[in-house]
Amino acid sequence: MGHDHGATVSPSENMEAFLNGLWKQNPVFVQVLGTCPTMAITNSARNAVAMGLATLFVLVFSNMLISMVRRLVQKQVRIATYILIIATFVTMVDYIIKAVSIDVYKALGPFIALIVVNCIILGRAEAFAGKNPVWQSILDGFGMGIGFFIALFCLGSVREILGAGTLFGFSLFGSNFQPWVLFLLPSGGFFTLASWLLVFAWWKERGKAKEAQA
Amino acid sequence: MSAPSLTPEIVLRTSPHLHSKRSVGVIMRNVVYAMLPVCAYAVYNFGISVLALLVVSTLSCVLTEHMFCRAAGRPSSIKDSSVIITGILLGLTLPPGFPLWMTAVGGFVAVGLGKMLFGGLGFNVFNPALVGRAFLQAAFPTAITTYTPAQATGRFLEFIPTSLTLPFMQPPVITDWVAKVRIDAFSGATPLTALKFDKVTTEIMPLFWGNVAGSAGETSVILILLGGVYLVARNFMDWRITASMLLSAMAMSGAFYLSNPTAFPNPLFMLFSGGLMLGAVFMATDMVASPVTPLGVWIYGAVMGVMTILIRLLGGLPEGVMYAILLANAVSPAIDNLTQPRVYGTKKKAEAKA
Repeated sequence: MGHDHGATVSPSENMEAFLNGLWKQNPVFVQVLGTCPTMAITNSARNAVAMGLATLFVLVFSNMLISMVRRLVQKQVRIATYILIIATFVTMVDYIIKAVSIDVYKALGPFIALIVVNCIILGRAEAFAGKNPVWQSILDGFGMGIGFFIALFCLGSVREILGAGTLFGFSLFGSNFQPWVLFLLPSGGFFTLASWLLVFAWWKERGKAKEAQA
Repeated sequence: MSAPSLTPEIVLRTSPHLHSKRSVGVIMRNVVYAMLPVCAYAVYNFGISVLALLVVSTLSCVLTEHMFCRAAGRPSSIKDSSVIITGILLGLTLPPGFPLWMTAVGGFVAVGLGKMLFGGLGFNVFNPALVGRAFLQAAFPTAITTYTPAQATGRFLEFIPTSLTLPFMQPPVITDWVAKVRIDAFSGATPLTALKFDKVTTEIMPLFWGNVAGSAGETSVILILLGGVYLVARNFMDWRITASMLLSAMAMSGAFYLSNPTAFPNPLFMLFSGGLMLGAVFMATDMVASPVTPLGVWIYGAVMGVMTILIRLLGGLPEGVMYAILLANAVSPAIDNLTQPRVYGTKKKAEAKA
């Protein structure tokens, strides 16, 4: 990544490492990775934000540490090493969330522990942090993490607004609002993700069409 | 369609070489005609709310198709009338007092998600009307199970209060209204809800003529059958699917009935109640979503009939036709694959091995 887009307009490679994850390589909307937590915990904006922050934290620090040790680790044992590093940070996040809010901890349930096997994190470790300098890896972690955070928030807010008529627990439409129960159910997650993918695909196609015209 | 060239063209095409005047439009319009008596009776049975329901569901479906065609930069395909069928069918499967704004949402989902995103007519995996209804069932489980009595007093003069709910708002509770308008012996409970929750079996004759509560267009068995007979007579419909679905439903519920006549209702009741008739005649026979091989259509119908009865008698829902048909739609390509006829001159697998 980062290196093979020399012709783009981004000011520097660092900047590009950061922006890649936000938009061009957005882990959920473009790469469609990490859909398991994306489906499971985005039934409210609060849960989505908590999960987004937790993953962002793990992603940044595991990217950093993996990039630091990348020359010391033998190729044959690198996956095990990466998992060990990631699991360390997930354990920290697990304790932090438990300390901050027991409600959120219960709502996220097993999905906090499952951050260990979130394919975005291992994917970035393998595809980026294992090959690139520390500073760029941190930026890449931030980019991908914030991209994931945005995606979760997009899903979580839509599902909470339609499914319960609230956002972060605040009522938006008064008490007479008809909740769309579907959006709190797992199938609602699929509908919402598909709709967002549709919007992004449409947007990209339009951009391409404009470029072709110009 | 290639661009016209100056050199003389030899047109090569595969069979069929004979074209009848039966275009998609002609078939679809005839299906609409076959549904008109059912619609008329639905309006007579439940009043102007159903009229509004049918108009809104059809309009929202047609508009959605038009919009999607424009967004894709294609000529609008609403003229082939297939979307009108979807609209009417969706309306017929909803409760008479279903809020109109929810109906419009259902129409949008039915055509947008069930049909246009797959590529339009001919590419839809599922029956679009049922996709819309399944979405509504999952999104608004209370509204879609709120039934009102048939033949209510003043039904041609006033709307059922739930119909005119403001968009995105909850429909009002209508228990008082139901108590006011209902004629003796007509309760708001559908025959199948009465069976599931009160263990009461409705008599056969009202079910046959249709003056019972239920979804707008599912109540009159005779009119649905007449529509079906018309379509079969003109060869617009595969009667084997309907026959297979009804026979298997009858056999399945017969088996339950014989095993324990006190616990399970008689097969004729199962056949005439709920959406089974409407589903078997107008929805199961969807030309796109059903298999094409002769054996396949029998299996397809049997899957739907058996699943319907299983969901009704053993599942948590009172009615199972919708999910049974959607499920059968999903396995229909597999049925086609498994029932491919043997090519003449080739050997069966077992013989070939030996």
